Amino acid sequence: MDQLTELKQQAEKELTATSTLAELDDVRVHYLGKKGLITGQLKQLGKLPAEERKGAGQEINKVKQAIAEQIDARKLTLEAEALNQRLQSESLDITLPGRKMEAGNLHPVTRTAKRIEEIFMQLGFSVEEGPEIEDDYHNFTALNIPDHHPSRASHDTFYFDDGTLLRTHTSPVQIRTMENKQPPLRIIAPGRVYRCDSDVTHSPMFHQVEGLMVDKDVTFADLKGILDAFFKAFFEDDNFKTRFRPHYFPFTEPSAETDIQCVLCSGKGCKVCGNTGWIEVMGCGMVNPEVFRHVGIDPDVYSGFAFGFGIDRLAMLRYGIDDLRKLFDNDVRFLKQFA
Amino acid sequence: MKVSEKWLREWVNLDGKTSEEIEHQLIMSGTELDGVDSVASAFTHVVTGQIKSLEQHLDADRLTVCQVDVGADELIQIVTNASVAQDQKVPVAMIGANLPDEQGKPFKIKKSKLRGESSQGMFCGAETLGLSGAIAEKSGEGLLIIPDDAPLGTDLREIYDFSDVVLDLDSTPNRADLLSVSGIARELGVIMQTAVTLWPIEKTEVTHDTNFPVKISCDDLCQRYVGRIIQNVNTQAQTPDWMVDKLACSDIRSLGPVVDVTNFVMLELGQPMHGFDFDKLVGGIEVRNAQEGEKLTLLDGKEATLRSDTMVIADQNKALALAGIMGGEASSVGDSTKNIYLESAFFVPNKIMGKARTYGLHTDSSHRFERGVSPDLQVKALERATHLILSICGGSAGPITDVISNEALQTQSTINFKRSQIKRHLGIEVDDARVVDILERLECKLEADFVDKGNEGWKVSPPIFRFDLATPEDLVEEIARIYGYDNIPAVLRPMKPLIALPSEEQVRESTLQNILVERGYQEAITYSFVPSEIEGLLAPDQQQIKLSNPISEELSIMRSTLWSGLIPALDKNVKRQQSRVRLFESGLTFVKSDSGLPEQRKKMAAVITGALHSEQWSKPSRDVDFYDLKGDVEAILAEASAQQFSFEKVDHLALHPGQSAAIICNGKQVGILGALHPNLEKKLSLDQTVFVFEIDLDLISKKKLPAYVGLSPYPSVRRDLALLVNQEISYAQIDKVLKNSQIDALLENFVFDVYEGENVESGQKSLALGLIFQDFSRTLEEQEISTSIEKIVSALKQEVGAVLR
Repeated sequence: MDQLTELKQQAEKELTATSTLAELDDVRVHYLGKKGLITGQLKQLGKLPAEERKGAGQEINKVKQAIAEQIDARKLTLEAEALNQRLQSESLDITLPGRKMEAGNLHPVTRTAKRIEEIFMQLGFSVEEGPEIEDDYHNFTALNIPDHHPSRASHDTFYFDDGTLLRTHTSPVQIRTMENKQPPLRIIAPGRVYRCDSDVTHSPMFHQVEGLMVDKDVTFADLKGILDAFFKAFFEDDNFKTRFRPHYFPFTEPSAETDIQCVLCSGKGCKVCGNTGWIEVMGCGMVNPEVFRHVGIDPDVYSGFAFGFGIDRLAMLRYGIDDLRKLFDNDVRFLKQFA
Repeated sequence: MKVSEKWLREWVNLDGKTSEEIEHQLIMSGTELDGVDSVASAFTHVVTGQIKSLEQHLDADRLTVCQVDVGADELIQIVTNASVAQDQKVPVAMIGANLPDEQGKPFKIKKSKLRGESSQGMFCGAETLGLSGAIAEKSGEGLLIIPDDAPLGTDLREIYDFSDVVLDLDSTPNRADLLSVSGIARELGVIMQTAVTLWPIEKTEVTHDTNFPVKISCDDLCQRYVGRIIQNVNTQAQTPDWMVDKLACSDIRSLGPVVDVTNFVMLELGQPMHGFDFDKLVGGIEVRNAQEGEKLTLLDGKEATLRSDTMVIADQNKALALAGIMGGEASSVGDSTKNIYLESAFFVPNKIMGKARTYGLHTDSSHRFERGVSPDLQVKALERATHLILSICGGSAGPITDVISNEALQTQSTINFKRSQIKRHLGIEVDDARVVDILERLECKLEADFVDKGNEGWKVSPPIFRFDLATPEDLVEEIARIYGYDNIPAVLRPMKPLIALPSEEQVRESTLQNILVERGYQEAITYSFVPSEIEGLLAPDQQQIKLSNPISEELSIMRSTLWSGLIPALDKNVKRQQSRVRLFESGLTFVKSDSGLPEQRKKMAAVITGALHSEQWSKPSRDVDFYDLKGDVEAILAEASAQQFSFEKVDHLALHPGQSAAIICNGKQVGILGALHPNLEKKLSLDQTVFVFEIDLDLISKKKLPAYVGLSPYPSVRRDLALLVNQEISYAQIDKVLKNSQIDALLENFVFDVYEGENVESGQKSLALGLIFQDFSRTLEEQEISTSIEKIVSALKQEVGAVLR
C-alpha cells in the first residue's frame, strides 16, 4: 500500500473518531492545513520527475478532495449533534406557570352595568350621570310626586338637615337631562341609589339603570319592543319571555311593571319566583305629560317612555348570587369569582 | 286589602270563573296579589263525634280517656288533655287524618299510646285546624264548637263551609276605589266583562226627630259631614256570624256590634265611619282645626298633642276625634252606651295626606281618606250602617244631617278625549266599540263628537269615585289596562342611528378601570356613607355631611374620600387571611359647598398591601412599596396624555410624611398617593403597611390626539453618565436640568440606577443616567456629542452640584 492510500485511510479513521467540531478542525489542519500531511505531499511533487508529476499530483488532489468532502460531511453530522444537544439542554418544563402580574377584575355589579350599557348603546342610547345627593325637586316634585304623596312613603328616603336627600332612584337624571338637552333623546343613566331599608333582601345602597327615550312618535309598543329586545340580549335567549303588568307611578302613564321569566326554572315555577314563573324586575311607562311640562318639553309634540331597574338584581339572577349583602362586603374571595 | 272571595262573588257575577282566573285577571290589570289564603288549613279526615263516656287517666292527672261515637259501629278511645264533658260534640281527627303543624306542613294522625292508654285519634280546636272567623272566635282556646244537630261521623267540611279563600290584594296608591268589596267587584266586572250586582241601599224609617247641629269650620279640609243619632241601641247584641266571618277575612276582629258595623260598611263600600257615644257629646259637632297643643286621648289609649294644622271632630267643649284618622277614647261606644251618633264624612285627600304619619299613625281610615273616598258615598254609607245597626241592636233612627261645605264637590270635570291619542301613546288602534265599552263599564259618561269639525273622539266624564282620571292620558292608561298590555305588540322599530361614542380626546373611566384590573386590582363597591370616626381620621379638616336618618352610626357620614370605605374593606380581607390585597373603587365623594348641593366629585382610589405578586416560583417575593403604587398611578396618568403631571411632597395627616406625594397638573392638585401614616395604621389596627392613592377623575380627563412626526433615518447614539449628588437632590431636579438644557439632539433621558452605600460617601447618592442623542437631518459627529455632554455635565454641576464619578 502506498503512502497516499495509507494517509487516506488514517485520515478517515481519525475523522470518524472526532466527536466535536474542534477535534474535526484539528484533523482538517493535520491533513489539509498549510503544514498538513496531504499539503506536504503536494509540496513533495516538485521533487518528482516531470513526467510523473502530473499523474502523482492528480492522485494527491483526488485524495485531498475525498478527505475534504468527508470532513464537510462529518461537520454536518457533528453540527446536527451539537444542535440537538443544545436543544435538549435548553428544554423547559412548559407546564410551569408564566411570569405575570395576575389580573384582577371588575365588580359583578360594574360588569353587569357595562353589559347593560353596551346593549343599550347598540340601540343608540348614550350614558348620562347625575348627582347622588339630590334636591327634593329633582327626586320628587319634577317627577310629579307631590309632598305627602303616598308613593313617597314607599321610597324610604335618606335626608340631610338642609332638606336635600340621597336620590331614591336614578329618575332625577331623566329630569336633569331633559332640562339640558332637547329631544330626540335616548339615554340611560346607571348609578347608585339609596333607600332607608336594610335586611336580607334590601341594601340601603343599590344600583339602578334609568332609561329614557323621547321623540315625536314614541309609543308603549316601542317601550315593550326595546325592553323585550334588551332582556333577550342580556340573557342571550331569543325565546326569553317578558310580561308587562299595569302599575302606578306618578311619573309615567300608562305605567307598567315588567316581569321576566324566572331564570332559575325557565318559567316553570320554583322557590325563587314564588311558584309564579315570573320575577319582577322593572318599573316603566310612558312619560307623564306633567313631567314634560316641568322640563319645558311640549307634551303635545313629544312623547316618550322611561324605565328603571335594579342592576344588582340582574347581576344576582345572571350569576346566581343568593345574598344581596355579599355584593357590598368586598370579600376578595367573592370578587375573584367574577373575573 | 284582604278580602273574602265569596263576598266578592256576592257583588259581581263570577259564575264559572275559578279563583285562579280571577287572580290572574286582577294581576294583569294592575292589582297585585300578595297572597291567597284559605279560611281553613288543608286538614283532612276530621269528623263529628260525641263523647259517650270519660274517665280520668290513671297515670296522668291532666289526661282524660274518652269513649267517642264517631257514627261507626264501635266507639273509639281517645286520650285528651282538653277539658271535655259527657255527651259533648267534638271534632275528631281520625287515624290517617292530615293536620297542619306549626309551620303549616301536614302531619298524619297515627294510633298512639299515651301513658299506656291507646288513643285512636285527636280532638281539634280552631287553631289546630287553622281556622279563622266567627266559629273560631266563639270557640276560643277550647275545642271547636260542633252544633248539637250535627250528625255523627260527618266530615267537618260538611258541617261548616270552609271553602272561602282570602285574597290579599295590593292595589296601587292611585286606586282609592279598590279599597272596598264593591270597588273590587266593579273592577272585576270591567276586566272580566261581567255584570256587577247593584245592591239597593235600604233607607231606614226615621222614628225620632232629635237633631245634633253640625258646623264645618275648615271647609278647605272637610267638604261634607253627614251624621245622625240612633237612640236606644243594645250594644250587648251579638254580631251575626256572617259579618264576623267577613271581617275576619280582612283581619278585623269583632269588637262589638256598632264598631263591627262601621268596619263592615267601610270594607263593603269604602267609606270609613265612626260611632260616638251620643250621651258624651255636648252642644253640637264642629269640624275644625285643632288648637296648637290641644290634647286628645285616642282609641289606642295614647294621648296625642295636636298641632293647629290637624283637623279634629269636636263638640262644643273639646276635640273628640282626629278627623279621618282615629276616634277618641272618651267619646267611644262602650258597653254602657245607649244612644249613638254615627258620622260619615268627606275629607279632601291632598289636604289630609301625610297627617296620620306625622302622629305615627296609619289606620284603615286614614289609608282610605288620603287616597280618596268618593264624595257621593256618605249618605249611602250612613243609611247602610243604620240599617245594619238597627237589624242587629234595635234602636230608633233620627233624621240625617248632611252638611256640604263645597257645592262643587259632586261635579266631575270632563275630558276631551281624541281617538288619535290611543294610537299616539300605545302604538295600536283600538276599535271604537271596544273603547266605548271599556269606558262605559268603568262608569264613564260619554258624549260623542266633541269637536265641531267631526267625530274625533268623545267627551268623557269619569265617575266621581275615580280621583285618578282627569286627563286624556289617564283614559289611555285605562284603555290599555283593560284592553290588556299583553295585547299590545312589542315592536322593535327601525330607529335613526344615534352615535354615542365619547371623544377620542376624552379619558374614559372604563379604560382606567381596565388599567388597574390588568395591574392586579379587584374592583370594590363600598357604601357611600361611612362611620364618622374614619372620616375624622382620613379627612380631619373636612366638615362632615351627616344623614339625618341614618340606618346606623356606622353608615351616617357621606364619604369625602373613597379611602373611608376602601381601607376598612382591605383590613377586613387581611383579617380573613388574605395578606395580599389590591382594591380600587371609583365613585362620587361628597364635600360641603357654600351654596346649593354639596360638591360631588368622581374619584378613583386604590389601596394595596402585602406582596407585589402573588407567590410564584420564578421571582423572589417582596412586599409592595411606594414605587409600585406610583407605577400604577403613572399608568393611569399616562392615559391623560394631553396633560403634564408632577409629583410634589405633601403634608397630609393620614400619610407618611416621607412617602407621600401630591399629583400636580398646572399648579393644581389632581390627586394624592402615599403610605398610610404609621400612627393611623395603629389607630385603625391595621396589621400591614398600606399604600393608597386617590385621583380626581374630572381633573385627568384630557387625552392627546396622536400627531405623527417623521422618523429619523440617522442612527442614535447613547451616552451614560454616572453622577454623584447630594442625597437631598431629587430626580425631578436633575430631570429638569436635562429638560432645560436646550440641546435639540437630546432625544430622551432616563435614570437606570440609583445607589447609596459602600463606595459612596454618606450624604451622597450615585445616579446613572442614560442619554440618547439623535438628529433628524444627519448623523451626529462625535465632537458634537462630546460638546453636548460637557454642556450637560456643567449645567448639572452648577444647578444641583452633581459631579461625575
